[in-house]
Amino acid sequence: MPALGAGMESGRVLEWHVRAGDVVHRGEIIALVETDKANIEVEVFEDGVVEELLVPEGAKVPVGTVLARLTSTPEARTAAPQAPDRAPAPLPPPTATSEPAAVVSDVAVHSRVVSPLVRRLAGQRGIDVTHLAGTGPGGVVTRHDVEAAATDRATSVRTVLAAPEAPRTVRAAGRASPYARRLAAEHGLDPAALTGSGPDGAVVARDVLAAKVTPASVEGSAEAMRQAIARAMERSNREIPHYHLGETVDVDATLAWLEESNAQRPANARLLPAVLVLKATALALRDHPDLNGHWIDGAFRPVAGVHLGVAINLRRGGLLAPAIRHADERSLDDLMGALRDLVERTRSGGLLGSEIADATFTVSNLGDRGAESLQGLITPPQVGYLGVGRITPRPWAVDSTVVVRRTVYLGLAADHRASDGHRGGRFLSAIISHLTRPETL
Amino acid sequence: MNEHDVRALVLEVLTGIAPETDPAAVDPGADLRDELDLDSMDELNLITRIGERLGIDIPERDAARLRTIEGAVDYLTSRLASTGP
Repeated sequence: MPALGAGMESGRVLEWHVRAGDVVHRGEIIALVETDKANIEVEVFEDGVVEELLVPEGAKVPVGTVLARLTSTPEARTAAPQAPDRAPAPLPPPTATSEPAAVVSDVAVHSRVVSPLVRRLAGQRGIDVTHLAGTGPGGVVTRHDVEAAATDRATSVRTVLAAPEAPRTVRAAGRASPYARRLAAEHGLDPAALTGSGPDGAVVARDVLAAKVTPASVEGSAEAMRQAIARAMERSNREIPHYHLGETVDVDATLAWLEESNAQRPANARLLPAVLVLKATALALRDHPDLNGHWIDGAFRPVAGVHLGVAINLRRGGLLAPAIRHADERSLDDLMGALRDLVERTRSGGLLGSEIADATFTVSNLGDRGAESLQGLITPPQVGYLGVGRITPRPWAVDSTVVVRRTVYLGLAADHRASDGHRGGRFLSAIISHLTRPETL
Repeated sequence: MNEHDVRALVLEVLTGIAPETDPAAVDPGADLRDELDLDSMDELNLITRIGERLGIDIPERDAARLRTIEGAVDYLTSRLASTGP
């Protein structure tokens, strides 16, 4: 059971899309899992044959539980089982991490030597250690192997927040999964009238959702998301010792630069002010690595790339903060395109779970109808958060006169375990320095 | 394109941006940022998509005139009138 986001402790298997004996291919969706935030389609990340489904439909299990076993080839399936290491007990749920995990298969392998420390680390990352190839001497699975697997993006989870993509056209054979039946009843639909995309043409949840999304179902999932956000915020408030720094910044010249630039661009190539803030923050994070990473297990783990989480409001309520990877290396045009794409996919479904878990820092923009300042909560396991208030004209001192300038309040929240006010202040100054020299962004 | 068609286009594009709402039910003089909870990305998408549909470019300095449905219809109708049939 993969871990997705802070606060997820368990998930419910709603539907299996395969059964024992099915041949599966890398990227194929094999199950639909319910979490508090969304229903997630879980993919398998290698070719193989389903040997056994370990968790029945409807069962709720802790994160880290092995959901199914695959074997790598049909021949391996009939071979005698290998060493005892092939049979892991359900792993302990991750405590302080929200790394992407989702190893849901167990491949027939030779026995592996795994130290207790590495096994524990794997449990925290939600990784089934028996799957890993060990690169240590004698095939030993090392800590590096676990860390590499944790960042391996070959496995992805697809979040389904709204009507998913159209089902494959398979004639309905009259069967529907129990969950699909329940959904259909809630929406006043007859499952027999729907085209099924599940095994043998059975009607599964996505077919019902593609047919109709009613306010009732939408409210239900919005409420569940609120609960998940509530838990994450409780955890943030409970576990992270926050300190706050802020500064009002004169962005008049920056906005003038942007207006001049946009005046020469067609609408579909214009940049939003938010993109300037994102680039400035990303450049500052590159130079202040102690704010770019995760606090896990009592220590700060810096991350090599700047993967900037952008808080995006869902129109029906709720908030997600998927990351723009390597934001510091991207041009402003590229960032604008990435932002547009993220907003679109966040609101319509189609985000990858790893895009949310990857974020090394989060920026939240209140927009021009928001408040002047935002002092937010850090999303664990990140160690920093920047709140951007509304652009507001303010009286401003220049030499010994007072003029009016367009200003914005930048509020930094940071984890006092990973940095202190002095470091945080230098970081904030770096953001401001970049932002007020837009031609260098 | 007459005013009726322009209004229909504006409502259609707004429905695409705010699919869970009913833009036709919105007060035509009300600020769309409040009524439909549009943010700056939504506003930019609005003028981009309307511009593409009508084959015109709406400069950023005019964008504020499209903050209400009435304002958008007036602006677009006069833009289209001045660019010919």
